[in-house]
Amino acid sequence: MTQKKPVYFMGINLRKLRKSIFSKTTYRGIVAVIATVILWELCARFEVPIIGMIPAPSSVFSSLVEQLQDPAYWECWVVSYDRVLSGFIIAQIIGIPLGLIMGLSRHLRDLSFPTLEILRPIPPLAWVPTAVIFWPTPEMSMIFVTFLGAFFTMVLNILGGVKNIDVRYIRSAQSLGSSGFDIFRRIVLPATLPSLFTGMTVGMGITWAVVVAAEMIASRSGLGFLTWKSYVAGDYPVIVIGMISIGIAGYLSSAVIRLLGDRLTPWRKII
Amino acid sequence: MTTSTSTICPTGTSEMHLSPQPVGKLSIRNATKIYDPDGVNVLALDNCSMEVEAGEFCVIVGPSGCGKTTLLNAIAGFHDITSGDIFLDDELLCSGTKQAEPGADRIVVFQHGALFPWYTVLENVTFGPLVQGKMSASAAKKEAEEILAQMGLKGISHSYPSEISSGMRRRVEIARAMMNNPKVLLMDEPYRAMDALTKTIMHKNLLDVYDQSRKTIFFITHDLEEAIFLGTRVYVMTTRPGTIKKVIDVDLPRPRDYKILSSDRYLELKQEVIESVHEEAKKAFEAGEREMA
Ligand SMILES: Nc1ncnc2c1ncn2[C@@H]1O[C@H](COP(=O)(O)OP(=O)(O)O)[C@@H](O)[C@H]1O
Ligand SMILES: [Mg+2]
Repeated sequence: MTQKKPVYFMGINLRKLRKSIFSKTTYRGIVAVIATVILWELCARFEVPIIGMIPAPSSVFSSLVEQLQDPAYWECWVVSYDRVLSGFIIAQIIGIPLGLIMGLSRHLRDLSFPTLEILRPIPPLAWVPTAVIFWPTPEMSMIFVTFLGAFFTMVLNILGGVKNIDVRYIRSAQSLGSSGFDIFRRIVLPATLPSLFTGMTVGMGITWAVVVAAEMIASRSGLGFLTWKSYVAGDYPVIVIGMISIGIAGYLSSAVIRLLGDRLTPWRKII
Repeated sequence: MTTSTSTICPTGTSEMHLSPQPVGKLSIRNATKIYDPDGVNVLALDNCSMEVEAGEFCVIVGPSGCGKTTLLNAIAGFHDITSGDIFLDDELLCSGTKQAEPGADRIVVFQHGALFPWYTVLENVTFGPLVQGKMSASAAKKEAEEILAQMGLKGISHSYPSEISSGMRRRVEIARAMMNNPKVLLMDEPYRAMDALTKTIMHKNLLDVYDQSRKTIFFITHDLEEAIFLGTRVYVMTTRPGTIKKVIDVDLPRPRDYKILSSDRYLELKQEVIESVHEEAKKAFEAGEREMA
């Protein structure tokens, strides 16, 4: 047997990583992206109806070089990230304990669930006017709306996670001599962790969608506003840059959560 | 995989596991359990009585739905009984007015297994003593490693349950139970849904554990061959409402191995159990037919 030993770096199997980077799948992916860009350029050059209206990659690229040197562009990133993270983190701070309490206590669930269910279907963006009215600063209203985007998802995922804990684990822990607090810490929390990360992943996606739209409606800064401003100013290549920036920002946020989730729930990685 | 010559108790701590006087006598007197979901009474146990001696390998068989799990859950303290008394070593464990507290003197091995998926094998096995504050982490680790090694489970301490086979998981669960030096091991169809080959390994392993520890084992199964091969006594339950219909003394010598499966006595006993259970199964089936009609 000449099985090669895995080489690890920061918990990542480097051999596996190299294999997946230099694989046929990666190769095909790159080819497809290049083909799309070429097709897009051709559409723009030959002024194909509708799709040809999108600025050509070449003009986007030259405008991108300008943007990357402009501090205002990076300011947009910072502002949007600031809003997303503020809203998202507040949603965790309030949503996680609330979800846990609702999952554990029937009384509190009965008390809070109906209200939550009535408020939940209201899209976060429908809150924008109210939020602008009752929060003292526009920034606060922006963060509030962002918060809503992640909050309900967090509460419901954690509530579901707690309620779905297999009673065998609870009984097993009891029979092994656990106190109520042991059961909470050693059974309820880890058993809910996968749903928590599912909630975070979904919540992060909603948060970006919400923040971008809210910035277009009610703000004068951020990546969403950059995109909107460029539309108003007729600076079409920057619209595309704004869009792609939002995509990258959302992707990076999700990737961090996924990485964190894999780290904190290592028992799920293997199978 | 061979564990026959080893002892299940680490040398230094053997007195913790091998009580000189066997403990774990279970006296079940007129246990009756009525479930009441939505006001529809289901009489699951009806005046069920049995005496399980300390250190006995007691096997309960009976048609499915007859109340076996109900009885085990009452002993474990997962629910109450409606009337009757259950004593553990002559102390009242539960009665119609008192539900037993779940505790480490009666550890349950569940039908589908209940190792905590988020803990490694080692963390699972040391769970009991650590939450009870009975051992230091290093002492618990040392003892767990020894017990695992004796059960033929070396080298998987840092694996998660999802990374090992179902047979290994069951053995780890028994190791986790044995770490607590329980008076009674409660096993609810632990080897159900396992293939025949894995089962034989499980049986051998459990018999080793039993021969070396002489714990009282309360074992539920509906595999009749398994019942006789493992048990000191086989208790046949009636169809629901469950009560003990027949007690069969399995006078096969220990330590047992697979050779006894072809012995005349084994076949005789098997016949006796089959007849007894078959009658009940037929009743259960006919009752089911009647309900359907
Ligand atoms: N929580 C419950 N509520 C109502 N009926 C139940 C409940 N648990 C079990 N039963 C009923 O009690 C009977 C005995 O169940 P159980 O003890 O699980 O049987 P066994 O383990 O012998 O298959 C069955 O008819 C089952 O439907
Ligand atoms: Mg059962």
